[in-house]
Parts: sequence; C-alpha cells; structure tokens
Amino acid sequence: MNFFSLVLVNLGRNKRRTILTLLSVTVALFLFCSLGGVLDTLQEAIKVGSETRLVTRNAISLVFPMPLSYRDRIAVLPGVKSVALQNWFGATDPKNPRNFFAQFGVDDAFFPIYAGDMTLVEASPPQADVAVPQGMDPKLASYLAEQTACVVGEKLLQKMGWKLGQTVTLSGTIYPGSWPFTIRAVYRARKKSFGEETMFFHWKYLNEHGMQGRAWVGVYVLDLGDPGRAADLAKQVDAMFENSDAATRTESEQAFQAGFVSMYGNIPFVLRVIGLAVVFAILLVAANTMMMAFRERVSEFGVLKTLGFEDGMVFRMVLAEAAIITLGGGLLGSLGAKLAIEGSGFNVGGFLPPMSVHWSTVATGIGVAFLVGAVSGLIPAWQAARLRIVEALRRVE
Amino acid sequence: MAAVEIKQVRKVYQRDTQKVQVLDGISLEIAKGDFVALMGPSGSGKTTLLNLIGGLDRPTSGDVIVSGTSLSGLKGRELAKWRARNIGFIFQLYNLIPVLTAIQNVELPLLLVPMSGKERRKRARTALELVGLGDRLAHYPRQLSGGQEQRVAIARALVSDPEVLLADEPTGDLDRKSGEEILNLVVRLNREFGKTILMVTHDPHAAERATHALHLDKGVLSN
Repeated sequence: MNFFSLVLVNLGRNKRRTILTLLSVTVALFLFCSLGGVLDTLQEAIKVGSETRLVTRNAISLVFPMPLSYRDRIAVLPGVKSVALQNWFGATDPKNPRNFFAQFGVDDAFFPIYAGDMTLVEASPPQADVAVPQGMDPKLASYLAEQTACVVGEKLLQKMGWKLGQTVTLSGTIYPGSWPFTIRAVYRARKKSFGEETMFFHWKYLNEHGMQGRAWVGVYVLDLGDPGRAADLAKQVDAMFENSDAATRTESEQAFQAGFVSMYGNIPFVLRVIGLAVVFAILLVAANTMMMAFRERVSEFGVLKTLGFEDGMVFRMVLAEAAIITLGGGLLGSLGAKLAIEGSGFNVGGFLPPMSVHWSTVATGIGVAFLVGAVSGLIPAWQAARLRIVEALRRVE
Repeated sequence: MAAVEIKQVRKVYQRDTQKVQVLDGISLEIAKGDFVALMGPSGSGKTTLLNLIGGLDRPTSGDVIVSGTSLSGLKGRELAKWRARNIGFIFQLYNLIPVLTAIQNVELPLLLVPMSGKERRKRARTALELVGLGDRLAHYPRQLSGGQEQRVAIARALVSDPEVLLADEPTGDLDRKSGEEILNLVVRLNREFGKTILMVTHDPHAAERATHALHLDKGVLSN
C-alpha cells in the first residue's frame, strides 16, 4: 500500500456515489466539449477559404444574383488568373427530404481552382474522346461530356447509398421541377474542412433548365496569382460595378466564410453561456459529494493524524480524491466527445465542415475538470487539514 | 530518565462563554518500562491527560516531556512526526479504517517512514503475528470480532516500535473473555518488549494488571 492506493481505496468506499459523480462529471464535460466542438466547427468553416482566392457577391445580399457578363470583365483584370462561378441550388432528395445536402452549379473553371482542396478518386470512363482543358483532371472527361453529370463527395455517396454512374433525381426548391443527375465522378477532400458531402454539377444545366437562360450567377470565385494583391483587386472589382444594377462586394474567401458563419448570430455566445452553466452545475455536484465524503470520515481523519499524518498530507489526500473523480470524468467526457462527434461526421447538410472537436477544446475540458476538482475538493481538504484531532476523535467516542 | 514527565500541567477548555478547568496543575513521572493504569470517574480528565501525553492536544500551561522531548517546543508538523515515531495509540472503539484490510491498517503508520513496500508488509505481518492474527491479514474490520479488531489496533500501535503506548479504555467495548485476552497482550508488551504503557480504564480488574495505578478526580491526581 502507498499514498496513491490509499486514495484509491477511499474512492472505492462508496462505489455507487463515486461512479455516479464520475458519470455526472463525464456527461457534463461531454456536453461542454460538444458545445466547444460546435464553436470549433464554425471556426473550421472559416479556414475553408484560401488567401489566393477572392469571392465576389452581390453587395446587397448573398441571395441576390449578378449577371454572367461580370465574369469576362473580372477575368481581364491584371492579377486574376481565372474566374469560376457558382450558384447555390438547394434541391432535396424526394425519397428522403430530411436528408439534406449541399449542391452547387459550377462552371468548368471551378475544378482547377479547387484542385488543391479536392481530388477525384473515382470517375466514369468517357463514352467518346473528350478534350479536357489544360489544368483540369482527365478524370473529369466523362463529366464534361454530359450536361446532367455531377461530381459528388465520397461521404455523400456512401451516406445516400449511391453508386458511380447512377442517375439520381432531385426536387428543386429554388428552381422547381425534377432534376435528374448522373454521378460521373467522386471526390475526396484534401483538407478536412472542405467536406465530402457536396454535389457539384454544370452551371449551364442550371441556367438552361432553371433560369431559362437568364444567366444569373450566385458568386464569382477569383483565383489570384499573388495573394499580396488581394486587397487592391477586391477594390478594383467593386469599383468596376459600383454604379451598376448589381453592385458587388468582393472579399477574401476567408472573410466570405467568416461572414457566412456570422449569420449564425449569437449562437456561439449562447453555447458558451450554456457550457459555463453546465460547468457550474457540476461544480456544485462535485463539491457536495466531497463534503459528504469529508463529513462521513471526520473520525478517520482524526485517527490518521493521531498516527502521525501531517495536516498537509491529509489535505493532499482529500484533494487527490476530488481530482481523480473530476479528472477521470473530464478525460472520459472530453475524449468521448471528440470520438463521438468526429465519428458521426455530422456537417449540417454540408453547410459546415464535418463537426470536429479540436484538441485544444479537449485540453480545455480536462483543464475545466481539473479546476472543478480543485475547487470542489478545496473546502473539504482545508477542513480536514485544520481538523483538531481531539475534536475529530470525539465524533465517535 | 523517565519515559513521561508532566510538570504543573493545567488544561482549561473554553465552552461558549465559560471556562472549564479539566486538569489542575498535575505533575507526574512515569518511569521507562512502567505500566500505569489511570483511573477516575467520567469527566475527571483521564482522556485529556492521555491526549496531552500523546501530543494530540496542548496544555494551557505547564510542560509535557516524553522520552526526553518537551512537546511544547514542537510545532504542528514536528509534533506529527514525533508522534509517528514515539507514540502508539490504542482506542476503546479500535478506530480501524473500515475499507482497509487488517494488514493495510497496520501498514498505515509505516507510510510515514521511508521504507520499501516489501519491508512495510513484512513488518506489518510480523506485528499481526505477534498479536495472534497471522491468519487474518486480508480480513476487513467488519469480518473480525471486537477482540480481533482491538488486536489489529494494537498491532498498528506497535508496528513503528514506539517507546510509549497510550491505551484509552482498551477493553471498554469488549466482553470479559476478549477483554482478558487484550489485557494479557498489553501485559506481555510491557513485560517482554519493555513498552511503557499508560492505560485509562474504569475497570478495577483491568487496573490490577498494571504495575501502578493512579487516580484522577476533578483534574487532580490522588494516590
């Protein structure tokens, strides 16, 4: 037997109470880290953006489009390597309307610009020889040859139970009607934050069948040669369309994503408040448990001191008991949250990157557990240390 | 040199607004190897005197010297260390830790001494064998009879080989037969191992087993 085993034996004194307290700390820290994970994921969403890309959208709001004619005017600006366009589609799977996922109509320039973020892992062989533009993955040949073709993320493919070459029909919401798509390629994200639950299809298909050729564009993505010129170019683009019907707002892709995240409003603040409330509640539970454990053992502390245990040793013993319960619960809850949340792959239908709990959040959770242990154990430990032997022994005799 | 020297010790407790004098200028010497029974009615100050000798409490005035050390000169930490080395306590209600086995209870005082775990277990086993419980090492207090529990408590008091043993009514909670066995053990510790023993008791039969008997009444010693 040693000091540590003495602490463990004491924890086993009332196993039910110890386990229940450990579980309550575990659940609280699981919740705390899960809420932290939501904040982490929102932060992660901002990281999708690249420094070498600008996004141009309608200055009024993201929901208002811009004319296609802007593309050529932007593309000729010095410093702009290429321009891609992208429209939110927002259709649902009629077989499972709740199983929402993101779809975008994109032009051919989109794929070379995002080649660093995604890689094609499967593709249908082309029916005939198709000239694939320079800089574009040859695996897109079959996709390029077919107007109703689409490229889907690997996880989306698995989640929906689709297969390469399969034709799936979606129900349009913004663009009503039945929309058949044939899966011609499957991508895997190079960066986790890019996500693998999105469908990309031809913007031309959307324009011809959904917009009757009006050629509206949701956002333009500008690929720059030199990120140092991003601020200047953003000003140039916006100045160019300042007095038009659809004035623009151009910003870095990161700022664009941050703006998108900001649409969640005060949710991060609410989550932090809930997290703190959970921690405070568990602090009271742990403190109550430790006080009960102290009161039950007053005479034993007297015996230990009679045998020669110093006040400091008794203090450390009680504090160690509290720390083991809360740290144990903290480790289980925090790591459990990381494993469960990241394992679920939940991504709000592709609106956000897959949910993740950063190691820093796990470490914060464990730190909070340590703090709860220290605070809840401090008073009983202090009382046990200050206990006068004669008074402690009198509790029994 | 006397094992225990008590010089003009007074002890006054403050109970609310009232001062209660428990010991009134007691002086006493207990020789090394002596076995003294301390008798007296309830509230006469027996346990208080025992607590002062064991360094569990401090006198209001006067000095307590045990094995040549004046306890008034020792601060909290030093007093705890001194107690671990020099005093063995035997309580009326045994005061074993219920979640520890017999051998773990006996090992407890040795946790305060730099010693390997193996050596600790060896010494604890020897102490338990000495009190006749070599076959009850892994038993928890609830699995032992009252007499056996008190023997474990005696082994715990002995294991660090203190010079002085202080026993507060060691047979007070036992039947006659078990009480007799415990008294035999205490006498043996005195005679065979030369331990200086101060035993508080109400029982004249138990007091007869001691070499001397002291009577305390209203905080004053009388022969």
